[in-house]
Amino acid sequence: MTTSTISSDASLPQLRRFDWRGLVLPAGFLLVWALVTALGWVNTKLIPPPQAVLSTAVSFIGKAQFFNGLGASLWRDLAGFAIGSLAGVVFGALLGVSRWAGRIVGPTFHTLKHIALFAWLPLISTWLGQGDAAKVLFIGLSAFYPVALGALEGVHGIARSQLEVARVYGFGRVQLLFKLILPGASPQILAGLHLALIYAWLATIGAEYLLAKSGPGIGDAVIQGKAAFDVPLVIFGMLLIGLVGALFNQIANRIEARLLRWRDARH
Amino acid sequence: MSTATISLPAVPEPATSSTPAVHRNWRLPWRQLGRLLLALPVPLAILAFWQAAAVYEWVPAQILPSPSAVAATFVDLLRSGELQSNLLISFWRVLWGFLAGAGAGLLLGVGMGLSPLVKDYLYPSFKTFAQVPALGWLPLLMMLVGIDEALKIVLIAKASLVPVTLNTYKGLQGVPTRYIEVAKVYGFSRWQLLRKVVLPAAFPPIWNGVRYGLTHAWLALVAVELLASSEGLGFLIVYGRQLYQLDVVLAAVVVVGAVGLLLDLALAQVEKYLLRWRRDAF
Repeated sequence: MTTSTISSDASLPQLRRFDWRGLVLPAGFLLVWALVTALGWVNTKLIPPPQAVLSTAVSFIGKAQFFNGLGASLWRDLAGFAIGSLAGVVFGALLGVSRWAGRIVGPTFHTLKHIALFAWLPLISTWLGQGDAAKVLFIGLSAFYPVALGALEGVHGIARSQLEVARVYGFGRVQLLFKLILPGASPQILAGLHLALIYAWLATIGAEYLLAKSGPGIGDAVIQGKAAFDVPLVIFGMLLIGLVGALFNQIANRIEARLLRWRDARH
Repeated sequence: MSTATISLPAVPEPATSSTPAVHRNWRLPWRQLGRLLLALPVPLAILAFWQAAAVYEWVPAQILPSPSAVAATFVDLLRSGELQSNLLISFWRVLWGFLAGAGAGLLLGVGMGLSPLVKDYLYPSFKTFAQVPALGWLPLLMMLVGIDEALKIVLIAKASLVPVTLNTYKGLQGVPTRYIEVAKVYGFSRWQLLRKVVLPAAFPPIWNGVRYGLTHAWLALVAVELLASSEGLGFLIVYGRQLYQLDVVLAAVVVVGAVGLLLDLALAQVEKYLLRWRRDAF
């Protein structure tokens, strides 16, 4: 399953000069965009010029709505992520450690995970309403699956010999958990957490789109912008969604690399 | 975006070594029967508890209809043909969107994987494009192309394009240089090198990308149908939700899950077939 392959440009720190060729395409795109809108070849109500997006962005960032919205979205995202991933680690580790739990609960879990995530949202909103409770639960669910799968995979990957050594040293249950199982499974758990972070952000946006009536949020702002046919706002919201996702991804990469340093150091 | 080593919620685990020796085959049915018997109590208990909750009215039927009511609704939907027609619409959307997205993704991935020139020009733009999730594109696309079929196809194509491209590219990049060196020693032509060495070596990650792509396509379909559709499985869910017919919602959710499961099993079978040469080697 591992898709991470050892290619030189990913693993080695490089001092390569900045490659301007990567900018050709975006620059060309911006140029064409600016040209066709300036020359009036397209309906600028539908496709606004780039500077309109920029000015919308500048004025929107100055508003309180922006900070409240971003804050609300991030809060939901992280709350759901924390709840879901904690539950995921516990559940996945239990399922991995206990053979019986794996046999009895595993099949149900592996079947239920096939339900596309967003299909749960209308059900959850019926039970918990349109407020933050429903959103956080949904985001939690989206984070739960990858973390649980990661923990399960990680625990299964621990070698029998390591367990035997731990037994010989007379590890208790708690020691076994904190000294062997969790560290042993940590690479996969971290990979699961990384994926969960991405999924939780997706779920945040999706939940805010679908339950857009209540309160602040980036997704809410985008849906309101769409309703008002404010294309610059929608484009800005889209870029913001991408930016936050990219930031999360970067942070997760850093943390993962830092926490897993011990693996490389041992060799 | 998601080239992490873990399978996504709707993606199978890495095939655990379930390759029993031939002489033990006769034990398989029993073992499978045992597994099945062990797997049944949990779902049965959930169903029983759920049914009891409905029968004794611990929760109002409007909030949680009984499993038997859901089953009856399921049969009704099946009889009236509503379920099949919506399922068929969703199916075609996924198929076209996925074919478009995966096809473009393969081309893009092969282009970037084989030609450093193409990679240098395209990769940064592609990375940026991939950062915005399909869901982020949705409102803008709804304004630009409307909420017709085109919207669904474009969005599903985008959702499957990204994992296919990334995995194809990374897969081709990751072919060990020593394979290529050996092939050069044997005097392989460019075509032979591609056909006999590079593609087989890169196939597993590429295939992974295709699987992720299909999973993402299905996820995107449900999302887009929930948000902007008047037909399809996702619409059936929204429709039932709006009328407070939760039996319809639950029946549709079950179908969504079943299709996800079937897609996954089908791809696993195809993978087994395509990778049969690998088993022969050992």
